[in-house]
Amino acid sequence: MSQQDVDLRSFSMNFGPQHPAAHGVLRLVMELDGEVVERIDPHIGLLHRGTEKLIEQKTYLQAVPYFDRLDYVAPMNQEHAFALAVERLLGIDVPKRGQYIRVLYSEIGRILNHLMNVTTQAMDVGALTPPVWGFEPREDLMIFYERACGSRMHAAYFRPGGVHQDLPQDLLDDILAWCDTFPAFLDDLEGLLTENRIFKQRNVDIGVVTAEDAMARGFSGVMVRGSGIPWDLRRSQPYEVYNELDFKIPLGKNGDCYDRYVCRMDEMRESVKIMQQCINNMPAGPVSSTDRKVVPPKRGEMKQSMEALIHHFKLYTEGYKVPAGEVYAAVEAPKGEFGVYVVSDGTNKPYRAKLRAPGFAHLQAIDYMSAGHMLADVPAILGSLDIVFGEVDR
Amino acid sequence: MLELWNDLLWPLLWQVILILALTVGVLLYVAYAVYADRKIWAAVQLRRGPNVVGPFGLFQLFADFGKNLIKEVIVPAGVNKGIFFIAPMLTFVLAVVGWAVIPVADGMVVADLNVGILYIFAISSMGVYGIIMAGWASNSKYPFLGGMRAAAQMVSYEVSIGLVIVTVLMCVGSLNLTEIVYAQAEGVWFFIPLFPMFVVYFISLLAETNRPPFDLPESESELVAGYQVEYSSTPYLLFMIGEYINIVLLCSLCTVLFFGGWLPPLDIAPLNWIPGLVWFVLKTSFFFFLVSMVKAMVPRYRYDQLMRLGWKVFLPLSLLWVAITGGVLIAFDLLPDPVAVSAATGAGL
Repeated sequence: MSQQDVDLRSFSMNFGPQHPAAHGVLRLVMELDGEVVERIDPHIGLLHRGTEKLIEQKTYLQAVPYFDRLDYVAPMNQEHAFALAVERLLGIDVPKRGQYIRVLYSEIGRILNHLMNVTTQAMDVGALTPPVWGFEPREDLMIFYERACGSRMHAAYFRPGGVHQDLPQDLLDDILAWCDTFPAFLDDLEGLLTENRIFKQRNVDIGVVTAEDAMARGFSGVMVRGSGIPWDLRRSQPYEVYNELDFKIPLGKNGDCYDRYVCRMDEMRESVKIMQQCINNMPAGPVSSTDRKVVPPKRGEMKQSMEALIHHFKLYTEGYKVPAGEVYAAVEAPKGEFGVYVVSDGTNKPYRAKLRAPGFAHLQAIDYMSAGHMLADVPAILGSLDIVFGEVDR
Repeated sequence: MLELWNDLLWPLLWQVILILALTVGVLLYVAYAVYADRKIWAAVQLRRGPNVVGPFGLFQLFADFGKNLIKEVIVPAGVNKGIFFIAPMLTFVLAVVGWAVIPVADGMVVADLNVGILYIFAISSMGVYGIIMAGWASNSKYPFLGGMRAAAQMVSYEVSIGLVIVTVLMCVGSLNLTEIVYAQAEGVWFFIPLFPMFVVYFISLLAETNRPPFDLPESESELVAGYQVEYSSTPYLLFMIGEYINIVLLCSLCTVLFFGGWLPPLDIAPLNWIPGLVWFVLKTSFFFFLVSMVKAMVPRYRYDQLMRLGWKVFLPLSLLWVAITGGVLIAFDLLPDPVAVSAATGAGL
């Protein structure tokens, strides 16, 4: 029997949805030739909750908490995009202090995300200690979230018009103190990974994305910066007060898993600098717009003013009406460009809200990135893609 | 009757007592080795580790043992039942049987074979069968891949372990483990002249027992749990205990081959009052500690990288050292005289 007569069937295997390295509920159908991956077919949608449709049924304020549940690793960054979109439709400005607080908490979100991602990428290549180390500073950051908004994850803190409440001074002092200790932790973590020969062997030249492909496939965030494209919305389309702050955009060179790891480590250090600048430069003043047709009045005001009471009642029952129009607002979320496209028909609910999740664009490249690599590289690539299913499945 | 007792029954009974004592000792040691492993791992990860069952969690392992015993044995549809259950038994039995020739102290050995090393080598080579059989019999894809990986991995690292042992044998002139220790009593411990071989041995030990960074057959992030995926309850327990017994066995072999077995570090007053068994356990525990620390710190190799390390680095290195050692021994006329060695201990070759 000659070679042609034999029915050669590749070894097909399910990776997930119940798999320790699937980063949630991902199901990959893999075709293997021995240990070499020939084709990967990602099956998504196991965490689909109809977020976009739900947002259309809610007033603009009620839609905010859905954004926490998209990328639940860095909740406030998603709210940020929605708040920006609604503010642009309404044409209102956020006071300086509110903007600084938003930037401060966006950067906390970035560290939350990168800490999780970098350490789980290490776990995906077999190092089990980094994730456990990483949870300690993450816990500190979650507590900062909680002290700002009362919740560790589902913040609902960035609202159209500003942020919900002002930060107490001792919280700012504590964040500043934390910023001094965190780089030492990063040094420790890098000691375990960055120059580790096995870690390098598992990541260098794995999952290479060329600059052209990164652009062609709609990548954003670290996925393009790892390939050497200096594209960061904080710098290229500055929003809030990012153009007043001094920070660097770390770039990779080879576009492999290792470069993306290094980019994320450096971004955390830059985020710490941004946080310090935010706290040191933060002016006094209101934290959200004083337009009482959008932002509800404070409780004290309601005790004094009948009008404030009426505003409060109207805003928490009917909500506010947004002028008809459409807008796309994007922020540099930790995972890449997170955008919200809102169409308003002039009522108190969005007519349509389309969410652009960076993870979705990244995940569809898994076949392109993994084909020809070995089975063990798939978790490494998946780890460096930085996938969270809350936002991929929406 | 008395003759029968003296010549046959009593030696037999004595042998059984020795075997029981050794097995119980080894199992107890392994129970606390697992505990230590978890504690060390926890300490590196800034966790507490087991601390609830008994003082400092010391009875955790017995609680786990009991829990696993009373769990339901799940036999997935489509498995080859016979092989499915023989595999864990084989792993466990082979791991225990290997201990027969290990001299835990001067004269404290169940079987003082004059081919002890060969015996150990044969037994540990068979260890791979347990894993292959488990991978194959499970009739499932992750275990299958795990079994294939295990086969390739254990075979490649056994070759370099074999050559490492050959260098030690050339320095001793005997295959008897007790004599290997005696040879170190006269001279220096072998890890000093054969340091590179000690390093190769230690790394091969990790690969041979599927410990990180070589835990490919059961790598969590790719194969979930590799060949163990379909196992539950007692069969799983047998795999788990068997694996740890194997680790401790190879650690103790390391002690015998390179660190002078039961000998004290210096043959002077306070040190040589301590019984040999204590020294032996201390040294073995030290190597076990190293194994645990490695697990806590390193990522995992990829399959091809592991094979490359085994065949392209360790094999040439150990072959070279065999040649160098042989050359040095002949050039300086240090070759041990096998007749003298066997005459000194009374063991014929």
